Formats: sequence, structure tokens, C-alpha cells
Amino acid sequence: MMNARHLFLASLLCLCSLAVQAQEISIPPLSGRVVDSAGLLDASTEARLTQMLAAHEQATGEQVVVVTLPNLQGRTIEEFGVELGRRWGIGQKGKDNGALLIVARDERKIRIEVGYGLEERLTDLQSALIINRIIVPALRQGDFARGISEGTAAIIQVLGGNPVREPREETGDMPEKPMPVLFFVLLVIVMLLLRGGRGGRGGGGSAFLAGALLGSLGRGGGGGGFGGGGGSFGGGGASGDW
Amino acid sequence: MQMQSRYGYTWRLATLLFMSWLLTGCGINNIPTYDEQVKAAWGQVENQYQRRADLIPNLVETVKGYAQQERETLTAVVEARAKATSIQVDARTLDDPQQLQQFQQAQDQLTGALSRLMVVVERYPELKSNQNFLALQSQLEGTENRIAVARRDFIAAVERYNTEIRTFPGRIWHSVLYSDMPVRESFEATAKDAERAPQVKF
Repeated sequence: MMNARHLFLASLLCLCSLAVQAQEISIPPLSGRVVDSAGLLDASTEARLTQMLAAHEQATGEQVVVVTLPNLQGRTIEEFGVELGRRWGIGQKGKDNGALLIVARDERKIRIEVGYGLEERLTDLQSALIINRIIVPALRQGDFARGISEGTAAIIQVLGGNPVREPREETGDMPEKPMPVLFFVLLVIVMLLLRGGRGGRGGGGSAFLAGALLGSLGRGGGGGGFGGGGGSFGGGGASGDW
Repeated sequence: MQMQSRYGYTWRLATLLFMSWLLTGCGINNIPTYDEQVKAAWGQVENQYQRRADLIPNLVETVKGYAQQERETLTAVVEARAKATSIQVDARTLDDPQQLQQFQQAQDQLTGALSRLMVVVERYPELKSNQNFLALQSQLEGTENRIAVARRDFIAAVERYNTEIRTFPGRIWHSVLYSDMPVRESFEATAKDAERAPQVKF
């Protein structure tokens, strides 16, 4: 008698926990630095963004992720943003240096969600400026690729210490980073090796080395096996619509 | 004889250690841990409300410069702020449901007054293009959202703490060890949109 009641209670509890889980929003898997679940970006833009974001993480350790969503499942984009950031754990644990650029297709909403650790640089004002002055105009013209690319570039620019100014500035350029220098140095080494190889024996070896060098360089931008670092979010950032 | 008692002592110590290890595994620490998390979440709520209160004087000054006719709305904001900040809150507020409710009411009133101000402001295009105002507006929006997040986290933390106390096996630990730690009060969303940031368009 007692046992039966306990069993019943236990199963009820299980059901309740199931119901709670069912209420949670379903979020897309973190498939890379660009999660285009609404299909708004072409492959080349996606690759370019991935490379840009990977380079930024390599240089600074900060994770920036671009997400497009088909819809918000009845939530506000602010709720969705915090949920995404926390569940994916964007940014390093303890530093919370992650940020998300979220575009919701059906609701026509944009949000820049900023992790605790980046709120000082990527302030609410900066986020609002990026959204309203850079992303929204492009999206109004239906140009998702441009809006999202320029917006992402602007986020990285702001994180690099160059705030968006009031008279609209060109935002295409990236902040100074060691990457181009590194690339140049490697290029010189490769050229030297290739020239040496042409002279005589060992050509195959140097070509292999060159391949390995270039390959390792490419891998940095590949975003393969990308995962969140356990960063957390507290609702910083800004939202907008188009 | 002596050997035996020494063995017995070692065994008892080992058993004790094993038991305590077992106990940490089955949640003897959960209640104090969750309680600390509730307090941390509450600290975050306080911080964000304070942050909002700090923004308001600047905001009011800026709006005043452009929209003097809106004296009534502005006064309402200033008064609501004064009332909200006059309630002293700290970690002990958590133990006092009445004070918690007072605090919440005052903050809700401030939220209401602020959102009315932001609606009124729509009528002043000059103000809306003012750089200073834009900065304050985005900060206010961001802060309202941070408040919403902090409140949600606080509610979730209290829920978890209370559930631990009310359910097995936490219920047993509570009655045996932590009977001085009460079931905690949480926020309730009184106003319909209390947890929504005011939607302000540029």
C-alpha cells in the first residue's frame, strides 16, 4: 500500500521534471562560430566570418559567435540571447569574455548579447550604435550578408579598442592584430624554402614543410571542433529591429 | 586485546571518513550551498537596481533640457527613485518578506514611471537625436534587461533552495541540521510586464 503510493509519487515527480524540461526553449547546436540556422548567409560569407572570428579568438581569447534563428519560439530576443550564451557557454570560464550577434528572421529582431567580461568595452551604447547605424540599414535593404558581416567586423573593432564614432565611420577595416605580420613572416619563410628547393635536392621536403605551415595557418581559421569555454552572461548589450 | 582495540579504532575512523564522504555525495551540503547562491543572486539584483538608480539623475537632467513641459512625468520619476532608494536593502532583507515586498513595489513603481517617461520622450525628435540622451537610453535599456536577468536568476535560485528543503532527501537534512534556515520568499511578477524591459524605439 505504502509502496504503491511512493511509486506513484515518484512517477509524478518524474513527469513534473519532464514537463519543466519541455517548457525550455530548444536551441540549435553550436555547430561553429557562425550558426546559421535561419539560412540567411551564403557559404563564402559564412567562411569569411568564421575565419575573422577565429582570428580574433586566437589573438585575444575572446569568443564571438554569430547566430541566425528562424524564430524566437515566443520568447523575447533578450531572453533567448542570455539562454543561448549561457547554455553554449560562450567565452572563457571565469573571464566571461564572449559575445553573440543574434538575428531572428521572422520577428525581424537583432541583438548583441555581451558577456559580463566584455561589458566594459562593448557597452550598451556601442552595441546599440552597431545595431542601429551599421546592421539595420543593410538589413532593411534585405542584404543579410553585408549587415551581418559589417556588424561582426564592427563588434571586433570595438572589442579591439576602437569605438564606433557618431559620424558614421568606415567599419570594414579590422583592428591591428599580429595575424597579418605572422602571415607575412610565414610567407617569406615559404618563399625562401621554395627557392632553396628549386636549386637542388630536398625540393619535396620543403614543399611539404610549406604545405604544413600553410595548413596550420588555415586550421586556425577553420573553426573545426569549436566549443564554448563556459562563459556566462548577465543581459548586457542592446537590441533592435528592422 | 590491545591490538583489537587499535583495529577497532582504525575501523571506526575509516567508517567515519567513508560515511562523511558518502554524506557529501547525497546532498548534506546542498542547503547551505543553495542558500549562498540565493544570496549571490540577490546581490546581483541589488546591484542592477542600484545601477538603474544611478542612471536616472543624468537622464532626468538631459530630458529636462528639451522637454520642460513634461514636468509631471519627470517629477514622478524623481519621486519614485527617491522612494526606491530610501529602502535600505542588504542580505538581511531576504529574511524579511515584508521588506522584500516593499522593495519590489517601490522598484516596480520606478519601472512604471520610467517607461512612461520613455513614451513621452517620443514626442521630442530633437531630444531623441541628442547624443547624450541616446547613450543614456541604451544604458537604461541594457540595465532594465540586466535587472530582468538578475530577477530571473534570483527566482530560480530561491526555487531551487526551497525545493531542496521541501523534498527528500534535503528535507531530512533540513530538519536534522539546518532547521534555522527558513523557506525563502521570492519575487512575484505583480505587474504584467514587470519583467520586460520597456521597448523603446530609436
